[in-house]
Amino acid sequence: MKRFRYLALGLAAGLAACGQAGQDAPVATAATSRPATASTAAPVPAARDRKQDGKPRVAFAPPPESSIPADEFGKEVALGRRIFLDPGKYASAYVGNRLSCENCHIDAGRLARSAPMWGAYPAYPAYRSKNGHVNTFAERLQGCFRFSMNGKAPPLGDPVLVALETYAYWMSKGAPVGASLPGRGYPKLPKPRLAPDYARGEKVFKRDCALCHGGDGQGQQVAGRTVFPPLWGPESFNWGAGMHQVNNAAGFIKANMPLGRGDTLSDQDAWDVAYFMDAHERPQDPRYAGSIQATRAKYHDSPQSLYGATVNGRLLGQGTAAH
Amino acid sequence: MSAARLLAGIAIAGLALAGRALAGTPDAAAIARQGNGHGAAPCASCHGADGGGQPAAGFPRLAGLPAAYLLEQLDDFAAGTRRNATMQPVAAALSEPERQAMAAYYGKLPAPASPPAAAAAPADAALQAQGKALAERGRWSQGLPACEQCHGPGGVGVGQRFPPLAGQSAVYIANQLHAWRGGTRRNDPLQLMQAVAAKLSEADIAAVGAWYAAQPSTLGGGQQP
Repeated sequence: MKRFRYLALGLAAGLAACGQAGQDAPVATAATSRPATASTAAPVPAARDRKQDGKPRVAFAPPPESSIPADEFGKEVALGRRIFLDPGKYASAYVGNRLSCENCHIDAGRLARSAPMWGAYPAYPAYRSKNGHVNTFAERLQGCFRFSMNGKAPPLGDPVLVALETYAYWMSKGAPVGASLPGRGYPKLPKPRLAPDYARGEKVFKRDCALCHGGDGQGQQVAGRTVFPPLWGPESFNWGAGMHQVNNAAGFIKANMPLGRGDTLSDQDAWDVAYFMDAHERPQDPRYAGSIQATRAKYHDSPQSLYGATVNGRLLGQGTAAH
Repeated sequence: MSAARLLAGIAIAGLALAGRALAGTPDAAAIARQGNGHGAAPCASCHGADGGGQPAAGFPRLAGLPAAYLLEQLDDFAAGTRRNATMQPVAAALSEPERQAMAAYYGKLPAPASPPAAAAAPADAALQAQGKALAERGRWSQGLPACEQCHGPGGVGVGQRFPPLAGQSAVYIANQLHAWRGGTRRNDPLQLMQAVAAKLSEADIAAVGAWYAAQPSTLGGGQQP
């Protein structure tokens, strides 16, 4: 599998799914050390049945897959869908890990509260403070490859981007342009009662996540296909991906994990296990600015990022060796 | 061979068996064939000599299933945390080392290369299409994951905790889905199967069983579903 190690600065062509908001629950700063032995692990109240933030009414339903037309346009939609489900096979030149789009955008990008394509497509072009200019949807897709897929951004106009954009456009038929639809993105969880904690998160991980993702978080593969994605390490998303921010991960986990049993974890459990996942090493941010501190200052100056933080005596943001 | 030599041979074989039992290494193949002599019926009488099961009767194939999964089921039958009128007394009559030996034995048996002919009888096209859709895509509009998302591409199983569905008896699959849905089987990790089964209709259950019973139990060379 190809590995890309882009350490170029500037011209950040698109950032991965960084939370637009929800930066209101500080979990760490570069100067903060959160040892795993933190003794703040008060018992979390059993809240497994609580649905205080219940499922939002989803006002939009994407067209059924069976309605993909059989014409030339439909062929492009179908190609986009295939890439979405297996980018390692159909867009291999741009993929540097073992993830697929649908690991984080469930049901081939159709599922509400799992950052569905029908929520994203009508929201672009959009100004993004992270790179300081208006991004087209295609530019946004480039960010997915560069960060979440730890690969290389396909050039604008590349058949891969055209197919994916066509797929997202088809899926958004009838969605209002420029409106923020319910179910878009990941849910923004309320600030947790206790600051997210590594040791509590590790307990949640062992109890509810390790069955599928493995005790080492490296997921499971069958016949070269990823069934359960790696959550950290060299085959996972890099430090520039939106999922490395604890609030994004917590929202995704709360709504969607364990698979098929979303909304069963308490908010506190979701925050804690998101923190635990994001406190592990992963591939370097491709915008690496010469030092961890400089990179944090420039790109990760957020309480939601553990890049540059020291956890369990280890400085995070060192990256992983390419395979 | 003289009668004396025959008798001696039998005696030696008997001693060898006894020796193994004393040493705590049960002869799994013998138990599969003959039972353990302490109340556990021969596995092969229901699950077949090759561990392929009896699909029409709902006796599942065991050959090639993950050993850890098989052991967990035997332990649960023995403890009563998985209920089945046939299997509970059998599992309870096996010692712990015998359960471990049987799980390892069936885990190592080769999976049948192709589904039994009876199971491969062509189902109607609509049923197959429904089964394929649930197997590969699920029904996320109801929060229902695809079977493949945990049981792997082609339903061939993943690791030690997610058993293969491909080439399994349709009757067995349907029985288990009914048991999870009805609350009589509850030994699934994280209640994953209970959550899935609760979202399945009768037609869904029939479709999924028919689909997987007709699938090859191993992925072909280079096959990418």
